[in-house]
Amino acid sequence: MDDAARLLQLVINGAAGGCIYGVIALGFVLIYKATEMINFAQGDLMMLGGFVALSLIANLGVNYWAGAVLAIAIMAVFGFLLDSIILRRVIGQPQFAVIMLTLGLGFIFRAFAGITFGYGSYTFATPFTNKVERFGGIVIGQDSLSIVVGTVILCAILYLFFSKTRLGIAMQAASQNQLAAYYMGIPVRTIFSLIWGISAAASCVAGILLAPSTVLDVNMGFLGFKAFAAAVLGGFGSIPGALVGGVIIGIVEQLAGYYLPAGFQEVTSNIVLLLVLILRPQGIFAETQRKKV
Amino acid sequence: MHQALKTTYKQDMSLLANRSGVFWYTLLIAALLLVPGVLGEFYVNELGGVYIFAIAGVGLMLLTGYTGLVNLGQGAFLGIGAYTNSVLMTKGVPFVITLPLSGIFAAVAGVLLGIPTLRMTGFYLAIATLAFGSIVGTIFQKWTAVTGGFDGFAVPTPTIMGYPIEGATGVYYMSLFVLIFVLWMSINILRSPVGRAMVAIRDSEVSAQSMGINLSLYKTISFAISSGITGLAGALFAHYVRFLAPDSFDILLSIQFVTIIFVGGLGSLHGAIFGALFVRLLPQLIAIVRDDLPFGIGRLPGLEPSLFGLVLVLVILFEPTGMYGRWLKLKAYFKNFPLHRRGGARRQKAYAKSERLR
Repeated sequence: MDDAARLLQLVINGAAGGCIYGVIALGFVLIYKATEMINFAQGDLMMLGGFVALSLIANLGVNYWAGAVLAIAIMAVFGFLLDSIILRRVIGQPQFAVIMLTLGLGFIFRAFAGITFGYGSYTFATPFTNKVERFGGIVIGQDSLSIVVGTVILCAILYLFFSKTRLGIAMQAASQNQLAAYYMGIPVRTIFSLIWGISAAASCVAGILLAPSTVLDVNMGFLGFKAFAAAVLGGFGSIPGALVGGVIIGIVEQLAGYYLPAGFQEVTSNIVLLLVLILRPQGIFAETQRKKV
Repeated sequence: MHQALKTTYKQDMSLLANRSGVFWYTLLIAALLLVPGVLGEFYVNELGGVYIFAIAGVGLMLLTGYTGLVNLGQGAFLGIGAYTNSVLMTKGVPFVITLPLSGIFAAVAGVLLGIPTLRMTGFYLAIATLAFGSIVGTIFQKWTAVTGGFDGFAVPTPTIMGYPIEGATGVYYMSLFVLIFVLWMSINILRSPVGRAMVAIRDSEVSAQSMGINLSLYKTISFAISSGITGLAGALFAHYVRFLAPDSFDILLSIQFVTIIFVGGLGSLHGAIFGALFVRLLPQLIAIVRDDLPFGIGRLPGLEPSLFGLVLVLVILFEPTGMYGRWLKLKAYFKNFPLHRRGGARRQKAYAKSERLR
């Protein structure tokens, strides 16, 4: 295989992995835009989503597609309840309290998944496992392809939802100006819980998309920390930015893994994150300016 | 709340507020000095671990509890201290020199992290420090020429003036001594202009700046002090574990430190100690009662991290002032016993500042 084809291969694999980061980062951004909270348990929500899908599909024998939809619905309800029962109580406390709260919740989710599903590594059969497509000289696994296609579909659905439906527009309004939204009769608190639901559902999608290419284990939630790089690169307030940031991080990570010595692949996302925060804290898709006194 | 009435300058400058404080703390230190003679080696060892974590907790408390800067990468500084100390000691440098050197080295690393993150606040800082911690952790793993990689290496036994500091008792006294020194230093820092500036920055950056406080300078100083103290804890930690391996210094360790200051109570040195007691002794407590719990709860895998998470969540939801805050409330309750008012400790409702422009 010549260099150009290898490079293309790396880029495509990286983009597929990056889509996962992008979808998780999307969850961060949705919640941040609406409530100015940062959910450090987003990766653990992805892990829980993956395990719910696993238990539905592999253990209960539900059809893959039905199981996936059901798992997404379950996680959406879970996210809704998480906000309406727990996170709503800390509104008004310093941002750091929210960070610690979600970190603590992440611990609980991990232990819950470990106790319920076990601490081993699990896989379940998907229609995409171990199948490849050939385009000219390039071989692409269907698992990678399914991640990209799934991400595009998710984004299309979210875009249509936020721009065309009454509820989606109400969500935009609530995240732009809470007070004005209240005056217009929008139930802002319910809207925020719904946004948490959507965010949890998005992470569940990430978990299901990731299932064909890796094994599920309770510590896969740490992937969520890498997705911070994606969200920060995209500017932390921009939904397309999060996705583009995720893809960039994924590609850079693949290239670093191939061209740089061992050890660099794991830290690339963190180095990119620090560089972006130092050099261009508003991200590449800056939407907001710095607040001035 | 009750405020001590001070009538002389000397009273204002003394470390402890009143006579009963002097009495009780002297008693406490005397009791702690006698512990190794009374308790078994296991407990002495565990308490040594508590002291080391308390030192690191005090370091983080100065940064997070008093300056208001979040650091989710504190474990990295512990690691830097531990590796500096141990690598220098294997090269033959005596312990009396490596201990302060590891603090200084960690402080320099803290400045290196502090300067680029000066402009960041809130969660951006949390994410940046998290990334820093993870990068340093990877360096420990991959820089095999110095750190020995995953194989790790055994830490030499330290000697002070010819006397070897060995076993649990040696580490116990050494950590206790450093902890008392660090506490004494921290109390004095907090009463100095530097400490006042730190608290002012925590309460409001805008008003601190308008009072003439150089934000960048004091934030960097705060980072340096905090990571320097944690580096000292790291040097002791190396002797506590006796065998250094890079996987001791991961994200979970950093999260443990933040748990220490949160559960103990933000913004009080007592909180760091209480938190360290909690974080280090909870696993032992679980181990002791494990077999007596009903329904086989004790044998569930992952009981310990889930309890950590649960306590963290409960503390943030119901007692944001932590264990020390609860202790103060209890004390106030008994002080004015029959006249206790329910609303006495109610916090003023605070609203997070929006980072949006609108």
